[in-house]
Amino acid sequence: MNRYPIWVYLTVATALVIGFVYALPNFFGETPAVEIAAVRTAPVDQGLLKRAEDALAKASVPMTGAVLDATSVRVRFANEDIQGKARDVLDHALNPDAKSAQYTVALNLMSNSPDWLTALHALPMYLGLDLRGGVHFLYRVDVDSAIKKRLDSLVGNIRSELRDKSIRHYGISREGSTIVVHFRDAETQGKARDAIGQAFTELAVDDQNTGGEFNLVAHILPQAISQLQEDAVKQNISTFHNRVNELGVSEPVIQQQGSDRILVQLPGVQDTARAKDILGRTATLEFRMVEAHESDPQARDYDPGKVQAALKGDIPIGTELFYVRPTSGRPGITEQGEPILVSKQVILTGDRLTNASAGFDQNQRPSVNIDLDSQGGRLMRDTTREAVKRRMAVLLIEKGVPEVLTAPVIQSELGNRFQITGLFSPKESADLALLLRAGSLAAPMEIIEERTVGPSLGRENIEKGFNSTKWGFVAISVFMMIYYLVFGVFSVVALSSNLLLLVAILSIMQATLTLPGIAAIALTLGMAIDANVLINERIREELRGGTSPQAAIATGYQRAFGTILDSNITTLIAGICLLTIGSGPVRGFAVVHCLGILTSIFSAVVISRSLVNLTLGRRRRIERVPIGNTAWK
Amino acid sequence: MEFFKIRRDIPFMRYALGFNVVSLITFLAAVVLLATKGLHFSIEFTGGTLVEVHYAQAVDIDKIRTSIVQSGYSDATVQNFGSSSDVLIRLPVKTGQSTSDISSQVMATLHRDDAAAELRRVEFVGPQVGSELAWSGSAALAATAILIVFYLWFRFEWKFGVAAVIANLHDVVIILGFFALFQWEFSLPVLAAVLAVLGYSVNESVVIADRIRENFRKMRRASVTEVIDNAITRTISRTIITHGCTQAMVTSMLFFGGPALHYFALALTIGICFGIYSSVLVMAPLVRWMGVRREDLAKPPAKKKDEAVV
Repeated sequence: MNRYPIWVYLTVATALVIGFVYALPNFFGETPAVEIAAVRTAPVDQGLLKRAEDALAKASVPMTGAVLDATSVRVRFANEDIQGKARDVLDHALNPDAKSAQYTVALNLMSNSPDWLTALHALPMYLGLDLRGGVHFLYRVDVDSAIKKRLDSLVGNIRSELRDKSIRHYGISREGSTIVVHFRDAETQGKARDAIGQAFTELAVDDQNTGGEFNLVAHILPQAISQLQEDAVKQNISTFHNRVNELGVSEPVIQQQGSDRILVQLPGVQDTARAKDILGRTATLEFRMVEAHESDPQARDYDPGKVQAALKGDIPIGTELFYVRPTSGRPGITEQGEPILVSKQVILTGDRLTNASAGFDQNQRPSVNIDLDSQGGRLMRDTTREAVKRRMAVLLIEKGVPEVLTAPVIQSELGNRFQITGLFSPKESADLALLLRAGSLAAPMEIIEERTVGPSLGRENIEKGFNSTKWGFVAISVFMMIYYLVFGVFSVVALSSNLLLLVAILSIMQATLTLPGIAAIALTLGMAIDANVLINERIREELRGGTSPQAAIATGYQRAFGTILDSNITTLIAGICLLTIGSGPVRGFAVVHCLGILTSIFSAVVISRSLVNLTLGRRRRIERVPIGNTAWK
Repeated sequence: MEFFKIRRDIPFMRYALGFNVVSLITFLAAVVLLATKGLHFSIEFTGGTLVEVHYAQAVDIDKIRTSIVQSGYSDATVQNFGSSSDVLIRLPVKTGQSTSDISSQVMATLHRDDAAAELRRVEFVGPQVGSELAWSGSAALAATAILIVFYLWFRFEWKFGVAAVIANLHDVVIILGFFALFQWEFSLPVLAAVLAVLGYSVNESVVIADRIRENFRKMRRASVTEVIDNAITRTISRTIITHGCTQAMVTSMLFFGGPALHYFALALTIGICFGIYSSVLVMAPLVRWMGVRREDLAKPPAKKKDEAVV
């Protein structure tokens, strides 16, 4: 009656072993570490490891271990003080030129668990910011103003388009979210409608003739608006990624939330003001002419001698020496990229750029399409008329450090819209478009939520959460064992397995554990004991009713099961509602709560029953069930 | 060991009317409190800025308040948080002010007075996010209540679903009433606690409903009142032990969890105490008054289908 087939015991044993292994990393704790990762193409190899070790040895900063993996070098330290000192030493040694950092050197925590656990992907639970300290920002991208800006630039573009086609109009203006163009007669209106419709596919153009006036009303198509919105958000996310590198944060979280929000979480960062400053800064973009290069004899200004001289230090007045970012179509001559001499005179800057997008030209080669506003188009036309077959450099200046993104050859006179082609793979053209947009004025953002937690508060939160769970657990265990004797012990073992499995699942899922999450662990344990109380009370009742011991155990479990299921499902309903609708800290609570309900059904029913079956169920006859006093009837 | 040696069924239903009057009065008091005093919502719901600062020694709250007011934040509230050396500063949302810089400015002010002031926590919530949270919070509460009614309807009978939800929403309203009465801060974790209590005390009702159903099948000759009395009496030991255990955990949180978990644990405490009361003395009488019959729960399967359509 009270026997399980062998596979049930095996399942329970397997679950507990897996649970134990994956919960294990949490008991080893973490040590302070410094993580070194390459900014772009700098090598991460044994050499870097050696450099880091030497630098620390020279500054006599003691370390407790260093490892090299595919993307980073991580060095462990005994405590946070040494860690901080080591960060400065390493940063100084690996980035001699502070303006163009080769490596990011970030504070980090490393798990102390042995390597075989890490190899199994058994990692400690991922702690939320309220437990490890750090900053959390939620940005809203102001899409409306991005649309407004786009409309403003379209006004200019339509104007020059009509001028190019010699179509006479009597005024163009932006009115709300539409562009209105006035005409004298229906014929020019019709011509203009065709011209605008052809040149600007993102616009829907309609006639609006009132009181003898001939007007065209254009508005941006909905799909173009959503494209605009998506681009604006994506662009800001990519900018954030670049900026966060600069802050030296390991494991940053940068995510889109909803249609127009970006979540940025920076564990370990304390200086909110600096973080906000760096995240919010915009880069600038400059277009300048190339004065000398050595790679393309077909283009004008081909002058290897001048470049070689410049490389030796002889840079002509009014020019600067730069290296072009290598691309697949134009690999760098050295690892740094192709050296070129660029004029210091700026043709135009990024605020004249209205859009940059990746696409394909008529020969199906990847291209980057650039839109300038009307003034930018005029400047570009004036410059390039005289400069066909010369090269033009596009520079992105971030943190005061310029970088040449690309330096294509000018094939013909350029206007408002032009393409850069032939140099890239599709991915590179997408990257370049993104970088170009990063240098133009991004859609403005505002912080709509901010949370900063200091490291000491984080540590305290862990400690408090842990202590509440511990003492609550102890109180329940003591009571259960006194009240239900051996069955109490079974219940406590079941409750402990519940805790073990819950921690293991959270570790495997790498779900973020927050303080409300710890509270949920405690609460779930406090509620999970209900199942065992139900079972034990039911067995007692059956015994009191005169049922034989084995039958009482079986009926007790069987009768209680329906109730346990019903009551857990109602709790689960509340948990799931919380999970789908709640946000932030409530989510952390809900995830743990829901998982805890699932593990508690398994442990309270299956694990405790296994124990009972294993110990009592195998005996042919038991005199009394060790479940406390039932003799009072 | 055995706490509950109850030989005869306790006639809970005999006193039901009295208890229902008591709970109606408590309920109405809570509603009145909510309407007049209202909840003291945390900035997560209202929007605003919160700065928690730790000092090496006990500090003079009034002095901090004065210097913050002097730096232009006249509507700031300053209070101790957990200990006399921890200070919590709350600033409401102001229109036309660059909200995200407030925290830096406040810290600058505080550092002028005492350079050792340690920033522990900053929370800034824009008004838009706040109202979204308030909305999603109420939606979660409503969704939970509705889904539970449907589940209990499906598992038992509509009368149980409705009675259980009324009983447990009554708990929720009373918890909120306490928060209104004492003007405790109603934050997101408190909302989570309230929803957890809703799910948890429905447990309670489920256990009793299960027993009522079972009794209807077993006690063929007993009256409805006797069946309910017996169901409650048989489950009362489990009810009290379970709640005692959960409360042990919650009490531990109340003592060791620090200020961050204080109101969360407090909401749970009230919820757990009223959860026992409401399941036993609100839900069961409601079911009886709605006219639950043996046929509703213990009927031949063929008839069940007809009922389900109605």
